[in-house]
Amino acid sequence: MSLELDNVSLNVAGEPHIYPTSLTLEKGAFNVLLGTTLAGKTTLMRLMAGLEKPTKGTIRFEGKDVTRERVRKRNVAMVYQQFINYPNFTVYDNIASPMKLMGKSAKEIDHEIQQVAELLKLTPMLHRQPSELSGGQQQRTALARALVKKASLVLLDEPLANLDYKLREELREELPKLFLDAGATVVYATTEPTEALLLGGNTATMHEGRVTQFGETATVYRQPVNSLSAGVFSDPPMNLSKAEKLGNSMTLSCGASWSLDGGYSQLPDGSYFLGVRPHHITLEPLMGRSMVVNAEVDLTEISGSESTVHVKSANETWISLNHGVHRLEKGQTVKLYVNTDQCLLFDSNHDRIQVEG
Amino acid sequence: MRSFKWLVPTVYIVFLMLPIYWLLNMSFKTTNEILGSFTLWPQTFTLENYQTIFSSSEWLGGYANSLQYVVLNTVLSVAVALPAAYAFSRYRFLGDKHLFFWLLTNRMAPPAVFALPFIQLYSAVGLFDTPWAVAIAHCLFNIPLAVWILEGFMSGVPKELDETAYIDGYSFPRFFTRIFIPTITAGIGVTMFFCFMFSWVELLLAKSLTSVNAKPIAAVMTKTASSSGYELGLLAAAGSLTLIPGAIVIWFVRNYIAKGFALGRV
Repeated sequence: MSLELDNVSLNVAGEPHIYPTSLTLEKGAFNVLLGTTLAGKTTLMRLMAGLEKPTKGTIRFEGKDVTRERVRKRNVAMVYQQFINYPNFTVYDNIASPMKLMGKSAKEIDHEIQQVAELLKLTPMLHRQPSELSGGQQQRTALARALVKKASLVLLDEPLANLDYKLREELREELPKLFLDAGATVVYATTEPTEALLLGGNTATMHEGRVTQFGETATVYRQPVNSLSAGVFSDPPMNLSKAEKLGNSMTLSCGASWSLDGGYSQLPDGSYFLGVRPHHITLEPLMGRSMVVNAEVDLTEISGSESTVHVKSANETWISLNHGVHRLEKGQTVKLYVNTDQCLLFDSNHDRIQVEG
Repeated sequence: MRSFKWLVPTVYIVFLMLPIYWLLNMSFKTTNEILGSFTLWPQTFTLENYQTIFSSSEWLGGYANSLQYVVLNTVLSVAVALPAAYAFSRYRFLGDKHLFFWLLTNRMAPPAVFALPFIQLYSAVGLFDTPWAVAIAHCLFNIPLAVWILEGFMSGVPKELDETAYIDGYSFPRFFTRIFIPTITAGIGVTMFFCFMFSWVELLLAKSLTSVNAKPIAAVMTKTASSSGYELGLLAAAGSLTLIPGAIVIWFVRNYIAKGFALGRV
C-alpha cells in the first residue's frame, strides 16, 4: 500500500472541488486518472502531491499520515502538461537541481545525468537553456528531472498532451516503463480513453470532482459501474438513450425496440438507460443479435479508414463508428444496426445492471 | 509617394531632438554669445562651462547627491516591491484587488501635497537634508509603480514553476532568490529604469527636503541665476550633464522595455 486517500475532499470558497474520495494506490503500480477537463484530475493530483491541503480526510503515504506535511518534505515528483523547467538553468542544471537539494555528490549527480540523458535522448542538449529547446525536448527535461529524483510517488499531469503525435506515441510507450523500473507508484492523468487503454495498469475514471470507478483499466472499460464511468471511458462519446421495458421488449425513446431474452427479460418492468459505444453501432447488418434504429444522417467525419457518422433519430443523437469510408449526405435516411450483446444497461439511477446470459 | 516614407518620422525626430541640440549648442557657447546673437552652432567654441562644473566641488557635489538618493531610492523601491508584487501575483487575499488599485492611486497624488508633512516629519527625526530623506520620500510614488510593473512580469511566470521548485525540495527563500528573481530579471531591469528616471527628474521633493549637505543638482542649478546675472552657458552645460545618466540607463534596458510593453504593464 503506497498512497491512500481516506475520504479526502476539497472545498474552495464553499464550492466542492473534490467530493469525498477514497482511493488506494498499490506500491509500484501504474494508475491512470481518466476524465474530461475540469473533472478534477489535476486537483486530485495536487492533493496527492501536497500542493493543496484537503478540507477533510486523511492522506497516508506508505503507512504514514502526510495530510499536513509540506510539499518539500514529501517524496514526490510531478510533471505538468505545460513544459515547466527552470528557465535560468541549463538542461544539465535543471536535471541536477533535485539531486543537489538532496545533497548528492557532484560525481554521483553527473553519473546519473549522463544516464538519464542517454535514456531520454537529451545528451546533445545538456548545456543549452530550456528556451532553446523544442517542446518535446523541454518536456523530456522535465521528465528527466522527475526521474532522477527517484521519488516513490510520481504524478504526471497530462504530460504528453502538448507534444506532437509522433513523440507522444514514442514517449507513451517508454514512460510507464521508465518510472516503474525505478520502483515508483505512478499516477498519470489523461483526457483520452485510448491513451488510458494503451497505458494499461489501473484506471480511475473521474467526473465533476468524483472518482466514479477505480480498478484494472481493462475491467473499468468493459465493466463500467455506471453510465458516468462508461461515458468518460468512451471516445467518441457513448450513446445513451432512455428505454422502457415492458414484458420481453425494451423500447427506446426513438422507437427502436429490442426483444429481450435470458437474464434481461427477468428484470422488472420500468425505465432504464441503454448505453452503446459508437463502434458497436454499424451501417451494415450484423451477424449476431442486433436492433435496428432508423435515422437521418447529420454529419459524417471520415478519418482515413474510419467513418464517424452522427445521425438523428426522433430528436436523439446517435454516433456510429464504422470501418471503411462511407460518404453519406446530410438528411439521408439510414439503418443503424446496434449490437445488443454489447449494450450496457443502466437503471434509472444510472447504475449499471449486470445480468448473466 | 513611396519615396517620401522617411519624411514624417524625420520631421518628428528633428522636432524632438531640436531642444536637446539647442541645449548642447548653448553649453559650448559663452553666455555673451547666447544673449548677444542667434547662432545655429557655437561661433566661439568653448569648454569653459564644463571646466567650471568639473572644477567646482559644489557642482560635482550636486551630481553626487542626486545620484546618491536616486540609487538609494531605486534599490529601496525594488527591494520592497519584489515581495509585495509576489504576494499580489500569487495569493488571493481579502481586498487584494482594492489594495492593488489603491497603490496605483498613490501615483496620482501630486508630490507638492506631501512636501510640507515630509519636511516637518524629517526635521523631527533628523533626516532632513540627507540623501535618505529624498530617497524615502520618492518611494511614495516609486514603490507603487514598481509593484505594478513587477506584478505584471511575475504573473507572466506560471505558478507551476513555484510548485515544481517546492516539489523538487526548494525552500521558499531559496526558490525566490535562485530561481524566481533570475527568471524575471527583465522585469526588474525595467522597474529599476522607471524608478531611476522618476526619481532623477523629480525636483520639488528633492529641493524642499534638502538645504546644504544633500542639495541635488537641480537646486545647484538655480543658484547660477542669482549670483552674477544669468550664466546661461553654465546652466546649459549642467543641463546637458543631467541627461547622461538617463541615457546610460536607457541603453542598458532598451531590450527589456519592449518586453515590458508587450506585457502591457509599462
